[in-house]
Amino acid sequence: MLQSFIQNIFNALQWGSFYSLIALGYCLVYGVLLLINFAHGDIFMVGAYIAFYVCMLFLGKFGIIPGMPGWLVLALAVPLTMMLTAVVGVTLERVAYRPLRRKGVNRLYVVITALMCGLILEHANLALLGASRRSFPTLIPTTVYNIAGVNITNVKLGVILVAVLAFFFLRFVVVKTKIGMAMRAISYDRFAVPLMGIPADSVIVFTFVLGSGFAGLAGLLFAVTYPVLDPYMGALIGWKAFIAAVVGGIGSIRGAFAGGFLLGFVEIMVVAFFPSTLRDLIAFTILLLILSVKPTGLFGVARRTKI
Amino acid sequence: MKKSLLGALALVLLTALPAFAADSIKLGFNIPMTGDIPDVGESSKNSAEMLKKKINDAGGLDIGGKKYTLEFVYEDNESKAESALSAARKLITQDKVLGIIGPQSSKQAVPAGEASNELKAPMISPWSTNPNTTKGRPFVFRGCFLDTFQGPVAAKFATEEFGAKKAAVIYDIASDYPKGLAEDFKAAFEKINGPGSVVAFETFTTKDVDFSAQLTNIAKSGADVLFTPQYYNEVPLIVKQAKSMGFNKPVLGSDSWGSGDLMGLCGDDCKGLFFVTHYAAAGAKGKTKEFIDEYTKLYNKTPDDVAALTWDSINLMLDGVKRMGPITGDMEKDRDALRKAMTSTKDFDGITGQMSFNPEGDHDPVKCAVVVKIDDAGKFGFYKSVCPN
Repeated sequence: MLQSFIQNIFNALQWGSFYSLIALGYCLVYGVLLLINFAHGDIFMVGAYIAFYVCMLFLGKFGIIPGMPGWLVLALAVPLTMMLTAVVGVTLERVAYRPLRRKGVNRLYVVITALMCGLILEHANLALLGASRRSFPTLIPTTVYNIAGVNITNVKLGVILVAVLAFFFLRFVVVKTKIGMAMRAISYDRFAVPLMGIPADSVIVFTFVLGSGFAGLAGLLFAVTYPVLDPYMGALIGWKAFIAAVVGGIGSIRGAFAGGFLLGFVEIMVVAFFPSTLRDLIAFTILLLILSVKPTGLFGVARRTKI
Repeated sequence: MKKSLLGALALVLLTALPAFAADSIKLGFNIPMTGDIPDVGESSKNSAEMLKKKINDAGGLDIGGKKYTLEFVYEDNESKAESALSAARKLITQDKVLGIIGPQSSKQAVPAGEASNELKAPMISPWSTNPNTTKGRPFVFRGCFLDTFQGPVAAKFATEEFGAKKAAVIYDIASDYPKGLAEDFKAAFEKINGPGSVVAFETFTTKDVDFSAQLTNIAKSGADVLFTPQYYNEVPLIVKQAKSMGFNKPVLGSDSWGSGDLMGLCGDDCKGLFFVTHYAAAGAKGKTKEFIDEYTKLYNKTPDDVAALTWDSINLMLDGVKRMGPITGDMEKDRDALRKAMTSTKDFDGITGQMSFNPEGDHDPVKCAVVVKIDDAGKFGFYKSVCPN
């Protein structure tokens, strides 16, 4: 019983890592623009596909470059996937969100545009690459460590570690750096910031680079862990990560991180000890209760500024 | 539009009448040439054309010393239920076929079966495993086994092959096929090994990718074998995650494993695993091998289970035609005679196994299932056949 419980804690940490990584992206964009970037789940999906093609390229499957060993491919794929996914995120900002922002339309329209962008990404993938699923190559062989009856794999440890590092990195960027200060300033008052000589657009682009880059990282790790890719893989997990970010207190990095792990934890524990049909019911009832007690989420603070 | 349709209809009727006069037997095909699963329609048509050519080249079907040539009418059901219904009606009332082969999937076979039964024309579905297709329909037959048979076969195989005393099951509770099959497996396994011998009966929901909590329970349950009646996109995830949870025992699957690109997605992790299905191409012998070789030569690909089952179903119907007595030309009489002849099919030797129909009750063949072992090259090889009881 105790072994199962500890095993499930590790399962939950791994599953929660994905929610957290995606929730961090929602949180950054929302924090700066007050925009819920509903395309984020699909950017995560694009990240997984980019990772797939990057890895296939480095493994020598396309014949342009000779094959490399798996660990080297992984090491090269991480920065490259993050960069390329960031390009996709920034492109979306450029073609969809910025023109709307320039015209000064209501935020509602931007949110709807974001939803639409997500659908475009999904169906562009379906149209260009077909409905058949892809199998992500095995880069590093999975090793199972059995510690007192608890099975932990190197992949699992890696995923959890990366999620934690990503959290500390983003927190450092937002809290300690100058550009982080600019991000917070835009969040506080978008119209006064340019008057202070801060290039608001560059800061917003930087935010999308960070958010999408980490979605790409999540996509890569997800593909390594669950090596079957399909065009709709980002939709549901994106929605759930968004809910996790809201429960954590959207706009708070700590909140997004905690919310992701909370959701992962509840989902895994429900499945472990109850029938799986109850999973979403119990998980979201708990989240709803949290929100009804604390509507701003676990780490959120009520906004008092008028926009 | 209507005019051209009527014209086409008249043309069909006109061409049909002299065809009958020239001693031919006309069978209809209600198959998906377009829509979601065009591959299934293609396999069916390939098989049918191959068989027709073979028989017609030999001078036709010999019935009581008289030669009849075969004539096949292909009707596209677009893999839709309503199109399958209208295709069945058209084949029976306008094309005046003696019997119908198809539809293939249960989604189309269940409604089309109702139409065929109402219009009193024999129909055989090669591939539909849903019990409702033939249930209470004397004119409807099938060429494959039922899901209620497949589960017990898997349970029996797990017990005999792996010496399993305890089994675990993981399945998608939101999908009818895996759900039904998982329950059938559980009932059969507990019948053999006693109540409570299915020590873990874990569920998930369509589109889930993380099964770690369920597999933790399964790994801890002490099960000797894991049964998972899932599709080719979920099997790799289940198999891989089971390994990372320290579950290194055999994993067993169902006929859904054979469709799609299982090995492309699963790779090395699925090698050495077993699943229950209708037939195995690799390592086949005798008549089955002859069929596979001929088909491969003609169409440049290995026939799938649909092609093999279609081949058998046509032959089964033609076997009935041979035994039904003289063909009178009175559609109603002939169709009923064919039904009667098919009902009494006994030990029909097909390439997917021996088939007999039970004269009483529904027309589901009593046949053996094939257990396939995925070999080291990733090919689905024949391992053994498991028969009912």
